[in-house]
Formats: sequence, structure tokens, C-alpha cells
Amino acid sequence: MSPVLFWLFTLLMLGFATSVVVNRNPVASALSLVGAFLALAALFVGLDAYFIAVIQVLVYAGAVMVLFLFIIMLLDLKAEQRRRFNIVTLLGGSIVAAGFIAELTALLSKFQLGKRGFPTLPGAKPVDDVYQVGMTLFTTHNLPLQVTGVLILVATIGVIILSRRELK
Amino acid sequence: MDFFGSIPWLLIFTSLAKTIFLVFLVVLPMVSYTVYAERRVSALIQDRLGPNRTGFPLTLLGFKKDFSPFLGGLGQPIADAVKFLLKEDLTPGHVNKPYFWLAPALAMMPAIVTLSAVPFGSELFGYKMVVADINVGLLFMFAISSVSVYGIVLAGWSSNSKYPFLGGIRSTSQMISYELCMGLSAVPVLLVTGSTGLSKIVNYQVEHGWLLAPFTDGGLQLREVLLIIPIFIAFITFTISMFAETNRLPFDLPESETELVAGYHTEYSSMKFALFFLGEYTAMIAGSALVVVLFLGGWHVPFIPDGSHGAIFGLINIATFFGKVALLLICFIWVRWTLPRFRYDQLMKLGWLYLFEIALVNIFITAGILAYTK
Amino acid sequence: MAYTVPRPKLTFAEKLYLPNIVAGLAITFKHLKRMLKGETKVVMQYPEEKWDKSMPEHYRGAPTLVTDQHGRERCVACQLCEFICPPRAIKITPGHIPAENAFAKVEKYPAAFDIDMIRCIYCGMCEEVCPEQAIFLRKDYAITGTSREQMLHNKEKLYELGGVFDGLIHKWNPEK
Repeated sequence: MSPVLFWLFTLLMLGFATSVVVNRNPVASALSLVGAFLALAALFVGLDAYFIAVIQVLVYAGAVMVLFLFIIMLLDLKAEQRRRFNIVTLLGGSIVAAGFIAELTALLSKFQLGKRGFPTLPGAKPVDDVYQVGMTLFTTHNLPLQVTGVLILVATIGVIILSRRELK
Repeated sequence: MDFFGSIPWLLIFTSLAKTIFLVFLVVLPMVSYTVYAERRVSALIQDRLGPNRTGFPLTLLGFKKDFSPFLGGLGQPIADAVKFLLKEDLTPGHVNKPYFWLAPALAMMPAIVTLSAVPFGSELFGYKMVVADINVGLLFMFAISSVSVYGIVLAGWSSNSKYPFLGGIRSTSQMISYELCMGLSAVPVLLVTGSTGLSKIVNYQVEHGWLLAPFTDGGLQLREVLLIIPIFIAFITFTISMFAETNRLPFDLPESETELVAGYHTEYSSMKFALFFLGEYTAMIAGSALVVVLFLGGWHVPFIPDGSHGAIFGLINIATFFGKVALLLICFIWVRWTLPRFRYDQLMKLGWLYLFEIALVNIFITAGILAYTK
Repeated sequence: MAYTVPRPKLTFAEKLYLPNIVAGLAITFKHLKRMLKGETKVVMQYPEEKWDKSMPEHYRGAPTLVTDQHGRERCVACQLCEFICPPRAIKITPGHIPAENAFAKVEKYPAAFDIDMIRCIYCGMCEEVCPEQAIFLRKDYAITGTSREQMLHNKEKLYELGGVFDGLIHKWNPEK
């Protein structure tokens, strides 16, 4: 990936991510998050990880955020827009963030493996990543996959039972 | 750093050429003539004549006679476009302006972007006739078309009035529901062809016969005959969900005129409305192209070789592809003017209780047939 | 007493819904085919086809003024039409016929006779009320113009449209 494109999409993503936090209008925040997801997908494309990029757009931007937006619109959150920045929370938040960044830099400078570059991928041929992801999931990581499936199934059944009780 | 040396100029140039050809020379004229066909076919179905007057006003350019071709009215799309461009662009005072302006663009753009993954021809002068030949083409199309819902939702929300809002809400739930069915009904095709790349799916069908008509390669195996059943079911469910995805009748609840005035685009006028219109028809073309690629063999017709045998065959292949798409578009129109609109609860019931289950079971049937006829 | 309309029992094919869709498509296709073959009768294509030939005798088109067989204008400027006209489209300025004229007995003639065709509603009341049979609704229906002035029919225009009418009334005839 050209460094120009990398920086372009990184800056886009960071800009959108900031506007998620800064925006007072919930719908604008949700849309900024979609923008951040799309920029992140573009970064994945830059890594030749088309499958993850597409899934990122399909699941997060296409389904999850649409549902979010749906609910935000239905709730019509006006209170959020009226709220102003609070000095104390702003100060507390920035202290926590600064601490986290200091911790990260201190740790990463001691992390020897991190100083090496990524190994170059063998061959210039594009990888069939859907095939490889599928093979890995269903051979080496089959048990975790099944367990996750059961977990989600349990959650689904739970949601159905809860919503049915609500109706009565 | 060598910014400019690393830029693949040839790739950019050919992609640009293909994009311009696809979007401006094929799809946009096709969209406007689909609108014309819609009006004309609907009229013929309803025992009327439809727009049959507007020819090309050649007298304005100094020719002796106006040119109105044999069917008449072929100049209508151009007149419509001019009308849309010249109309007053009215923005109501009560709308949320930035989003109100953003929404039409968001409705139009994803529909065009989806077309970039479609292989609309085999080869021409050694170049593959697809803008972006990615190995997740099908998923890419699903992903981008799922983004197109934002245009409608935002239009409904930013209009700040009740009918557009109801339209936006309806389209959100409708699109999310039918996306699932659409994805699941395409899975049997992926199982059979073994790839999510659209060019590979087409190449498989060139070698083994179209999925819906496996005899087109000359031979017929037991496995192919057995597979017709699940593939046909997949075709039906896929087409139905595509109707719902593109908001076409009988599933046009987001803009149902009788209940919601005009749904999400009630407050829009002139070119902003036209963008919604174009977006809907482009999505129709993208959907038809997807059906052609998945089930009807893409650009392939029996006995005509691909473009590597000569440019003329490459051109024929492109024409074949868009011919198939046009046939499907006619079917779209035909269905629209036959069926009445679904009720909203019926729509949800159909999506979640029937199509979803049928598509799911269909995957198992396909997998079973594939496993036992190896 | 409330009566519940029983729901019809649907067969399996009807529940499946797809056969009925195909049947509906067949019906619309039949209509399409008959249109393409030209078997369906459609409305008249106006500027190319006109119904002038089959127009009924009693058709009420543009109101016109007529002259009699001696070339005398029939209107005597009695202004009855002006008063009866519901949209007040008619405006008459009466004039005096000099004594030396052969028709001096008539006394009055319309110096100006204007019908505003933007106002006219083609009701035919002027024709009905006219004691002299001077104003008739003719079969001209394509009354168009590009300005208000063009839509105002003055006396010359009205006589041009009306022509000669050899009618019953002879009471102003000098031979009588």
C-alpha cells in the first residue's frame, strides 16, 4: 500500500473517531463511527486482507450501526445535545489518556520484538483469504468456533424468552 | 520515499477507462432507459400507450426533420434529465441541512460502487473486463449495498417530518432483514463454485454450464441435475430478497405512495430527488448483474468463445452480459406492474419466517448433494 | 349483531403464493401482447387523429356570429346574450343604423362585439337566448393563442368563423 494512502486513511479514521466523541448530536456520532469503520476497512485492504475489510463493512457499518442509528432515531435523544463539557471529567479523562500513552511508550520501547519489521509475505500472488480463514476456523480452531456458536445461540434464545415475557 | 514511482499508472489508467465506460457509457444510459421502459411497459400492461412523443429535436440543430424513432418517445429520458436539472431545487426550512444534502449522495454512490466488482465481460485487448477483480467480490457487493441504506435512513431522519421518517424506519428494518436472506441464498452458489470471487464464479459456469441451466456446456451429469433443485430454490429466494433490497414493488414499503405520500423522499425535489431515483435504478442494475453472474452464466453464451480469441468476441460478451441484465430488468418491471404491495407485517413474516429458513435448509441440501456425489 | 366474515380456506398451492404470482404475470403478459399486436383499442392520438368527422350535430364549440343570405349581419345588438352570459365573456357596443340604410328599420347594430375566449365556458346560453338567431356555437374547438389579445375574438373574427346562415327569420327582409 502506498504510504500516501495509508496516511490518508489513518488520518480519516482518527478524524472520524474524534468526531464520534466530540459530536453532541447522537446521529452525527453514529455516522462518524461508520466513517471510521469504512476508513479502517480501507486500511485492511491496504494489508491485502480483503476478507476482513469486507466483513468489517458488512457487519459493523452495514448491520450493527444501522441498528444503532435506528434506535437512536427512535429514542430522539435531545438531552445529550444540551449537555456541556464538564471541566472535572475533561481533566480526569485527559489524565487517564495521558497515563495510558506514557505507559504504552515506556513498555513498547523495551519490547525487543516490536522493533523488527514485518516479514515480507512469500510471493506477490494475492492470498485466497476466504479459503484460508475458513480452513483455519474449521480445522485448527474448530472447538472454539463451536463453543462460540453455542454461546451466541444461548444469547439468542435468552433474548427471545425475555422479549416474549415482556409481551405478556 | 518514491511516491510517484510506486504509482501503477497503467493500472490506474485502465481502471479509469473501464470505470468511465461502465458508469457513463453503459449504466447511466441504461438507468435512464430503464425508467423509460418502466413507463412504457407499465402503460402497455395497463392498455395505455405511455410516453410516445418526445423524439430528438434535430430541427433545433438545423436539421430538416425531427428524428423520432419507430417506437417514439426515445428522447424522453433526455427530456427528463434536462427537466430534473433545470427544476427549482427547494430545501424546506424545517430540515436538518447537512444530512439532508448528504443523503441523496449516499443513496446514489454505493449503488455505483457495487458495480466495480462485477465482471461485465470476458476480455478486451487482453484486459479483463472488470474494474476490481477481488477474490471477495460477492461479499464486497453485499457489504457496499448494505451501506446504501444510510442514504434512505438519513433522508427520512433529516427531513424532520413524519412520512419520510416512517419511510426511513421501514427501510432500515426491511433492508437488514432481507440482507440476511440474500446472503444465505447466495451460499449454495459459493458451495458449488468454491469461490467468492465473481470472475471465478463466472469462469466455473463457463466450464461447467450455467448454474440454472447446466446443459450449456454440452454435457449433463447426475450431480448437475440434482443440483438444479437447490440452485433453483436459491435463485427464487435470492431474487425475492433482491426485490426487497432494492425497494421495488411488491416490497416498496419505504416509499409506498398510498400510505406515506412518497416515503423517504417526500421533501426532496429536482436533482436531489433524481439522485434517489438514479440510485434505486442503479441498485436494480447491480442486483440484476449479480443474478446474471451467480445463476445465469455471466457473459457466457454457448458456442461463443471469450475475448482472448479476438476483440469482436470480447465485445459480443459484453453485449451478452448487458442483454441478460436488460432482460432481468424487464422482468423487474413486469413484476412491479403485476403484484400489489405487501403489508408491513407480511413483509417481515415472509423474510424471517419463510425465506430465511428456506435459504438455510437449502444450504444443507446443497452441501449434502455435493458431499454424496463427489 | 356482529358477523365475522369467514376467511377462505386456502389450498397448499395458494398458500405457496408463487403459482398465483405466475398466474398474475401471465395476465399482465396477455395485456402486453395484445397491446403490441395492436388488438387493444386505445384512446385517440389527438393531433394525428381528429374526431371532426364523427362530431355530433349538437356539438358546442366556439360561439360565432352569422350573416343572413343578404350579407346583413343578423345581430341587432339587443345585448340579451351579454346579460345572460354566465362568465360575462361577451361585450357588445351597440351602434345606430342611419336612416338611409336599407335596413334602417332594424335601428341597431353591434359597433363592436367581443367574446373573451379565455372566459367562455361554451354553455350555449347566448345561442339559446338570441331572438335573431345571430349567434351560434360552431364546431371549432381548438381555440388557442399565445397571448390574451389573441384569445379575444372581435367582430371580424366572429363573422369569419360564423359565415352565412340561411335561417328562418325574415322579419327584417325589405320584400316582406
